[in-house]
Amino acid sequence: MTEVLSAPSGGGTHGGALLEVEDLHVEFRTRAGVAKAVNGVTYRVDAGETLAVLGESGSGKSVTAQTIMGILDMPPGKVTGGQIRFRGVDLLKMPDDQRRKIRGEGISMVFQDALSALNPVFPVGWQIAEMFRMHRGTSRSEAKKKAVELMDRVRIPAARDRANDYPHQFSGGMRQRIMIAMAIALDPEILIADEPTTALDVTVQAQIMGLLAELQRDSNMGLILITHDLGVVADVADKIAVMYGGRIVEEAPVHDLYRRPAHPYSKGLLESIPRVDLKGHELYAIKGMPPNLLDMPSGCAFHPRCPYRRDNCVTDVPALYPIDGARGSACHYWREVLDGDSR
Amino acid sequence: MSEPIVTQDLVQSADEHAGSAHPTAADKPRGLWGDTWDILKRRKIFWISLVMLVLFLLMTAFPTLFTDKDPNYADLARSMEGPSEGALFGIDLQGRDVFARTIYGARTSIIVGTMATLATVVLGGITGVLAAYYARWTDILISRVGEMFLGLPYVLGAIIILGTIAPAQSNPSEFMIMTVVIIVLAVLGWPILMRIARSAVIQAKHQDYVQAARALGAGPLRIIFKHLLPNSLAPILVYATITIGSFIGAEATLSLLGIGLRPPVISWGIAIADHAQYIRTGAHALFFPAAFLSACVLTFVMLGEAVRDALDPKLR
Amino acid sequence: MATPAEPILEVRDLVKHFPLTQGILFKRQIGAIKAVDGVSFDLHRGETLGVVGESGCGKSTLAKLLMALERPTSGSVRINGRDITTARGGDLKRMRRNIQMVMQDPYTSLNPRMTVGDIVGEPFEIHSEVAPKGDRRRRVQELLEVVGLNPDHINRYPHQFSGGQRQRIGIARGLALRPEIIICDEPVSALDVSIQAQVMNLLESLQKEFELAYIFIAHDLSVVRHISHRVAVMYLGKIVEIGRDAEIYDGPTHPYTQALLSAVPVPDPEGREQRQRIILQGDPPSPANPPSGCRFRTRCWKAQEICAEQEPALEIRPGSPHSSACHFAEVRDVVGSG
Repeated sequence: MTEVLSAPSGGGTHGGALLEVEDLHVEFRTRAGVAKAVNGVTYRVDAGETLAVLGESGSGKSVTAQTIMGILDMPPGKVTGGQIRFRGVDLLKMPDDQRRKIRGEGISMVFQDALSALNPVFPVGWQIAEMFRMHRGTSRSEAKKKAVELMDRVRIPAARDRANDYPHQFSGGMRQRIMIAMAIALDPEILIADEPTTALDVTVQAQIMGLLAELQRDSNMGLILITHDLGVVADVADKIAVMYGGRIVEEAPVHDLYRRPAHPYSKGLLESIPRVDLKGHELYAIKGMPPNLLDMPSGCAFHPRCPYRRDNCVTDVPALYPIDGARGSACHYWREVLDGDSR
Repeated sequence: MSEPIVTQDLVQSADEHAGSAHPTAADKPRGLWGDTWDILKRRKIFWISLVMLVLFLLMTAFPTLFTDKDPNYADLARSMEGPSEGALFGIDLQGRDVFARTIYGARTSIIVGTMATLATVVLGGITGVLAAYYARWTDILISRVGEMFLGLPYVLGAIIILGTIAPAQSNPSEFMIMTVVIIVLAVLGWPILMRIARSAVIQAKHQDYVQAARALGAGPLRIIFKHLLPNSLAPILVYATITIGSFIGAEATLSLLGIGLRPPVISWGIAIADHAQYIRTGAHALFFPAAFLSACVLTFVMLGEAVRDALDPKLR
Repeated sequence: MATPAEPILEVRDLVKHFPLTQGILFKRQIGAIKAVDGVSFDLHRGETLGVVGESGCGKSTLAKLLMALERPTSGSVRINGRDITTARGGDLKRMRRNIQMVMQDPYTSLNPRMTVGDIVGEPFEIHSEVAPKGDRRRRVQELLEVVGLNPDHINRYPHQFSGGQRQRIGIARGLALRPEIIICDEPVSALDVSIQAQVMNLLESLQKEFELAYIFIAHDLSVVRHISHRVAVMYLGKIVEIGRDAEIYDGPTHPYTQALLSAVPVPDPEGREQRQRIILQGDPPSPANPPSGCRFRTRCWKAQEICAEQEPALEIRPGSPHSSACHFAEVRDVVGSG
């Protein structure tokens, strides 16, 4: 692998983090109305850091990632506010051709469904090599060589022979490795992994998570791991952002969140999942269901399901209150949640 | 850790929220047809084709609404007179009113088109469902027979069959010849519908709800009529609508060749055939039936396409 | 779990091979996918047997065999002593009243053209002797209430409900005939995390209320541990280890079970650096051409010559207090549970 970072220069001297999302708002205009998918999301990721974005379907976690990557379908999607700064430069104001350059070289992404993300009619080696030819203008033979190197690096056995195989000839785990190879081909500084192991069996899942962690360590990438799996998060994340109804409801270093959640939703989630190492407790079930994006509850979006609800939760949207400097909770009554008062 | 919430609460809370709206839920019960209607009613092409359809149906049912002339009254002295105040579309070769004959022609075309399509849907639908449901040998047999029919060029097949049953010089009754034409169209057209029905049913067959019905002990009839057919109807319906149009065209073609409908039946195809060689001297006698024919075919094709677009979830 | 004398479900040497054929007109068999290859177990009244395994291990085929949706190549499935695999016609239909299923995908398991009332009432239409016609609507509404849905929504269509609610509709349909056994094939894996707990709690309370026996098939080991009294671990069409849940989770003796359990991410970051992981290399071999002897030997760190030559039986062994199909079975705690 080449050690040279050829991502666009000009950054580097800014004060902020490598990637900063600030007050991002995204809507979808649908037949049924306006769906508010992302409602003011703010987070930052630095080199070498792993941020887990945790949420259920419809929480806005994937839409945020797609907006960062610039692969959101517009229309129906529309960014209605906020900034996404990569090395201090707002990606949302950047012309298309510059943005395309950042995609892959600056920020790249691994998807959940590798089978549909890979092109079925081209050999995988060719698809990886194409990354080099498109972005770097590498010669055909050189690109092919680099593709095989990459396949080796993500531990695909007999990489040289298998480079000529087509995506359907690989197992799910191997396809995910190929996707990862394509994503890291140009040495991105940020890697977004959107549910990278959800479709995989648990033994394969462990292999892939191990691979991602190792690659991150080697290249000091910032990793944004988008998932709904509290187990996966606990294994690899440094900090965690819990999303609900298009907002971040809690943000904390991973140990703090699991030990003492400060938002009723995170707390409910932690108590509602069965654990392989524990038995006998009845599961707490968060009542109700995730909010309707077309018709968000007033005030705090979680209030219809919240055991801590008081009157002002129905009217006032809670800000992300800072707690102990390093964490935050968007709950008016975070103190009670943190202290573990009974519901 | 807080107190675990007992199941009783769970059931109650679930009860509570079951009433709240879900993202895709409307308040009144509406199936897929409701959604389809929502899309359809916003499409111009649908309304245009619907208005034209109603016009043609009115011509079929009540031709006297449009003309009080007798389409069979002939005044040879006025043969090939151009359009005038008394005869809007002019007079044809035999001295008959072109407007009246064109209006009355709609009935034949629409009856032949719909009846042939109905027969096609019944024949193709049943064979398609059987092939898909029973698979194996039933499927192989039906599919191969269908392919044999598909391999036969349409017009050639019709010429052979019609030429044998009702040769050009014969003089069958109106009912007889219409029945024969309908049967010929259906016999040659069913394989395509069979294939559409077959693939729709095969797709529905692998859905979990069919497995669930089998697990409950449902028999083949219940599975076919309650589960497979209602979920396969959309593509069949769309194709059937388009087929009506193409059968109307096919009927005209056969009439033009002299082996389809023939006098005393009044039809656009016959009118076109009768006046094909007078295009220079009396274009009106050819033009009006041909225009109605095209408009009618177009109506059904447009309608079918509008419904297809509305039903196709990918375009939503 | 107190074990009554008579199991209500006895599965013996169940085998399902799907033939692999070549040629279009004259098909000849060139092999077989051994989806289920000699599976035996018992299930008692009011008990939950969890079946875990990775994709391709045959657990979904097993569900279809138990439901008599597929005919086995050989073996038997006895429900209260009567074999469902050989039953036909009216006999089979009557036996189905006793064994029902809840499916994985709440979006495809309900007919979109039927109302909730029709879906939940269909069992009564098929088995008209169970409930007189005039009584059915009331019975359906009762069922909806039992699973926590609003009985007034009887005329709604499935697409007007959320995933969790749809799963409840599927459960109500499964309960309608008052079966003794319900096969749950990944019933919560398609649901959001916060909804999974609701559905699992519902299944547990229904079990107590109606003395149901569950076969709970899932790939999520945490979910299976939570709900099961006994657990069977499948690999390439065979059960490799079976026992009470504590035996399997706290003292697994088969290397595959150990690897599987150690790979499950624990939702607790404490001590994650110290956690021991057994990372298996590669993917499971094809069920069309499984390895000789022990099927796990190609990925096993304990494999020796005997593993290739002799297939280990599923039995209690010196190193294993519960049945385990490994020549070198020994207890190893891999999840560090207390």
